[in-house]
Amino acid sequence: MSALILIELNGSEVSANSRAAITAASELSDSIDALVLTNDSAHSTPVASLSGINTVKMIVSPELEHPSVEVASKLVAEAMSGYKYLISGSSTFSKNILPRVGAYLDVQPISDVCEIKSNNTFVRPLYAGNIMATVESNDETMLLTVRATAFEHSPDGGSAAVENLSPSIPESNSIFVSLQESQSERPELTTAERIVSGGRGLGSKENFALIEQLADKLDAAVGASRAAVDAGFISNDYQVGQTGKVVAPKLYLAVGISGAIQHLAGMKDSQVIVVINSDPDAPMSRMADLVWQTDLFDALKDLNDYTQ
Amino acid sequence: MKIIIPIKRVLDPYTQARINKQTQLVDLTNAKMAMNPFCEIAVEEALTLKESGSANETIVVSIGTDKTVDTLRTALAMGVDRAIFIKTETDLDLQPLHVAKILANIINREQADLIIMGKQAVDNDNNQTGQILSGLLDYSLGTFISKFDLSSDAKSVEVCREIDSGIETRKLNLPSIVTVDLRLNEPRYASLPNIMKARSKPLETIEIESLGIDITPRIKVISVEESGTKDRASKQISSAEEFFSELNQLGVL
Ligand SMILES: Cc1cc2nc3c(=O)[nH]c(=O)nc-3n(C[C@H](O)[C@H](O)[C@H](O)COP(=O)(O)OP(=O)(O)OC[C@H]3O[C@@H](n4cnc5c(N)ncnc54)[C@H](O)[C@@H]3O)c2cc1C
Ligand SMILES: Nc1ncnc2c1ncn2[C@@H]1O[C@H](COP(=O)(O)O)[C@@H](O)[C@H]1O
Repeated sequence: MSALILIELNGSEVSANSRAAITAASELSDSIDALVLTNDSAHSTPVASLSGINTVKMIVSPELEHPSVEVASKLVAEAMSGYKYLISGSSTFSKNILPRVGAYLDVQPISDVCEIKSNNTFVRPLYAGNIMATVESNDETMLLTVRATAFEHSPDGGSAAVENLSPSIPESNSIFVSLQESQSERPELTTAERIVSGGRGLGSKENFALIEQLADKLDAAVGASRAAVDAGFISNDYQVGQTGKVVAPKLYLAVGISGAIQHLAGMKDSQVIVVINSDPDAPMSRMADLVWQTDLFDALKDLNDYTQ
Repeated sequence: MKIIIPIKRVLDPYTQARINKQTQLVDLTNAKMAMNPFCEIAVEEALTLKESGSANETIVVSIGTDKTVDTLRTALAMGVDRAIFIKTETDLDLQPLHVAKILANIINREQADLIIMGKQAVDNDNNQTGQILSGLLDYSLGTFISKFDLSSDAKSVEVCREIDSGIETRKLNLPSIVTVDLRLNEPRYASLPNIMKARSKPLETIEIESLGIDITPRIKVISVEESGTKDRASKQISSAEEFFSELNQLGVL
């Protein structure tokens, strides 16, 4: 009952959610291989040194620098022959590709697995995480995306064999134009130990810089509510929630965020939650370990002064 | 160009989902229902294309029980030209693979070359149907889009995709499926006169069995439980000094 991990790379590093996928796979299978689609054969190195992988299967082609989902899903579907499980970390990368693989293999994929109960039974969230469902798959092959916050991140320490696959790369009816990546020196949102998150209460992009300042002092990542992103205070990849990123840091500091269920869906598993809000009835406060009920600008000034 | 917009009726997103103790299922009997917010955005985008002259017909499709007709009528009242209702007897637990097979059947029949749909339904949060559909039809696919520009020859579309690392721009050759994200547009409300007009717009009903598609569940729900947010014993603080001393004690700094 072997498992194949679809690896997601961030530059030349293996993403944290791929490491979570390996841990999830180890609960299902004794034999785990990894699949990498890339334009650079050097990418086999970081994957081969992951702990828990037998063989790294590489598909290397210049066309795979920014692979289209049409091409990626066909290649993954072909590579699946002989495997029972395809597992990837939950992300926009895997959620784009896996369901289309499902179409080719006639399999119903399962998204956002948070717990593995048996070889075909999984727990996953519904309704923005307000309901957890235990579901059983009747398919012969199973395609899973797993939440990076729900599984340990498999460390380095392995030395897997590397095998090059050379399938023909199909024509694509989609062309890559550009990628606008946010550059940041701060810790990455989904793996940070601390997050300072700002909402509509910040009022403007200029004021949102106060959140970034505080984040730097706490060595924290920056997060945001949808309202803050929609208002243009910060770019979309900082959004936490049902339709943004799911995080579970040690510390989540929510500043000027009311706590709509869609926001809570992305951060309610945080270890310690601290709220700064002037409204004593903000739903966010009920979830908090610490509440500082005050004007957020006063609080941020106090915090910044204190850390001088 | 003909545009098909698959839409789903879901529990109103601002309502808390509750489990009915008897049925052990999410209680939808008297719950407030609404069009999936992402589907509203898909409808809006299709209407904009029609109004700009790029599309000549917009069609909404929804699969569900009788009440689904209300949601289709809402889309007609927003301005969509006609509706196709795929009728199911009970709240079948249709899964994205089934929904996609049914939609593929309708899209083939209608010969539509642009499908605009939600990136996810906020009840099951699957985020799969558009992707599966694109594979079944072998159409190009643009997921999580926040920008949509049809080329002047109407043969391709440039989309911006909201992905974890930022924004990716791609050019898709039609026929194509796009799944929309929240920041694509602001959906309109239906005006009263349009709600009246919508009553006389065409709505075709198709019995699900007549399509001959195997909808045997691939996934069985064994159990559901409420896991809402647990209230925590919050402690009030009022200064930076307290903030740091508390967090130090909690060991999170
Ligand atoms: C389908 C769907 C998906 C969604 N997905 C997401 C998602 O992924 N993530 C997400 O975050 N939201 C999401 N939302 C939106 C969500 O419902 C809320 O609208 C949003 O989270 C509100 O953001 P906010 O808390 O910043 O703004 P608001 O709700 O406006 O809250 C602002 C808060 O700031 C406080 N405040 C204002 N000024 C001050 C001040 N000077 N000092 C102190 N406090 C102050 C106010 O008391 C208030 O509590 C989604 C909605 C839908 C329908
Ligand atoms: N029963 C349905 N009828 C019509 N369209 C649907 C149905 N279920 C899902 N969809 C479409 O698929 C999108 C994504 O849903 P999902 O993959 O279930 O998260 C929705 O936004 C709709 O556009």
